[in-house]
Amino acid sequence: MAILLIAEHDNARLKAATLNTLTAAAKIGGDIHVLVAGSGCGPAADAAARLAGVAKVLVADAAHYGDQLAENLAALVVATAQAGGYSHVLAAASSQGKNFMPRVAALLDVAQVSDIVAVESADTFVRPIYAGNILATVKSADAVKVITVRPTGFDAAGEGGSAPVEALAAGPDLGISKVVSRELTVSARPELGAAKVVVSGGRGLGSGENYHKLLEPLADKLGAALGASRAAVDAGFVPNDYQVGQTGKIVAPQLYIAVGISGAIQHLAGMKESKVIVAINKDPEAPIFQVADYGLVADLFTAIPELTAAL
Amino acid sequence: MKILVPVKRVIDYNVRPRVKADGSAVDLANVKMAMNPFDEIAVEEAMRLKEAGIATEVVVVSCGLPACQETLRTALALGADRAILVETDVELQPLAVAKLLKALAVQEAPQLVILGKQAIDDDSSQTGQMLAALMGWPQAVFASKVTVVDGKAKVAREVDGGTETLEVSLPAVVTTDLRLNEPRYATLPNIMKAKKKPLVTVKPADLGVDVAPRLATLKVAEPAKRKAGAMVADVAALVDKLKNEAKVI
Repeated sequence: MAILLIAEHDNARLKAATLNTLTAAAKIGGDIHVLVAGSGCGPAADAAARLAGVAKVLVADAAHYGDQLAENLAALVVATAQAGGYSHVLAAASSQGKNFMPRVAALLDVAQVSDIVAVESADTFVRPIYAGNILATVKSADAVKVITVRPTGFDAAGEGGSAPVEALAAGPDLGISKVVSRELTVSARPELGAAKVVVSGGRGLGSGENYHKLLEPLADKLGAALGASRAAVDAGFVPNDYQVGQTGKIVAPQLYIAVGISGAIQHLAGMKESKVIVAINKDPEAPIFQVADYGLVADLFTAIPELTAAL
Repeated sequence: MKILVPVKRVIDYNVRPRVKADGSAVDLANVKMAMNPFDEIAVEEAMRLKEAGIATEVVVVSCGLPACQETLRTALALGADRAILVETDVELQPLAVAKLLKALAVQEAPQLVILGKQAIDDDSSQTGQMLAALMGWPQAVFASKVTVVDGKAKVAREVDGGTETLEVSLPAVVTTDLRLNEPRYATLPNIMKAKKKPLVTVKPADLGVDVAPRLATLKVAEPAKRKAGAMVADVAALVDKLKNEAKVI
């Protein structure tokens, strides 16, 4: 039994979600081979080779993998999975994994098991359904298990390996899609999905200006990533990649501070696995208090500066 | 150009799902059902493309029980031209639905297939991508803006780091994210009109598709409930708790 794990990276570094996916692969058991497809992705491949538990790193380095287009990436993964006779193909359930992995499954004519949070055995997995309100235990009857892994369900794997790195011949450039532009948020803060502390703001902040004025100093003090509720994103306070929730990012930090967030079920689905949850809201009836470890009923416009000053 | 819009009948998003007493499945008896909200966005986007003169016909498809006709009538009331029901009582999984849609896409030859990025029941987020793969078409998933020019679609999509704009050749599959549009409501005259619009029913066997499930659900359960903690009186008390009790700062 061997597992093919598709690394997520920016050519220079691995994305944090890859480390959690590796832990899920280790729980399934068997040799783990990591596929790094990119353009000038040698440094990312070297980083993958240093991870504990990796038996081999396969590198496909070509210009047409630079943008991680689903069509080209899936074709490569399918060819690699078939040539290597892998029993499992794993990737993170990130926006990238969700994009190309179902293509891989369809081309292999197998089901995909999406977003697993636990491994019961080599063919049985636990996954949330209905926005995390229910956990389903599912068993795959297919010869190849194509799986996406919810990063918050597994600890990050550590370093300590020295796996061999093998070059792989690139697959075809299908040429049916291309990236025209990217508007990515540039931030010195930790990645939202992997941060130890997350400060998240909701509609209660009233405006984008208030969001930044109040939450950035607090996040600076805590070394935190910034998040937001869907209401705050829809109102234009912050860009979409800040959104925490069922259809945004799923986070599980050590400390999650919800500021002016009422706690709609879709938001709770994205953060209720956090270790410690703090809620600050002026409405004592807000549902967020039902999941919070510490609740403070207060006007956030005075409480947040006070909290920032006290840290 | 023709647009195909697959729609799924799911538990209404306001209803809290409950597990059957034996833990075998989610209890769907006497529960309010509705169109998957992401699919409503897909229907709306197709209608806007038609109203802009880009699309000429919008065909909606649903796969499942006879009751999916209601979902199709809803889509017709929102403006779709005709509907196809692929009727079966087998539990359909994304790969099976993608194969059914492939058979219909071959028959109907649409230039665009627009569907929700995921269904709010199983949260799989697979069907659109699988259909694109089976057709050998490009895909643009999690769309927040769609424009069609010169036989190509330009699609802004929401990704982990921000937004990415793709250009895909047509035919293509687009899946919708929340911010693509705000769906309209069906008006009463349109609901009446929808009753007369054509709706045909086919079976998976007519399309030559094996829809047997590949995944067996062994059990479903509610996750451990998170217990509500304590309220604190002020910021000083909160800081004290975080430092000395939770020890997270």
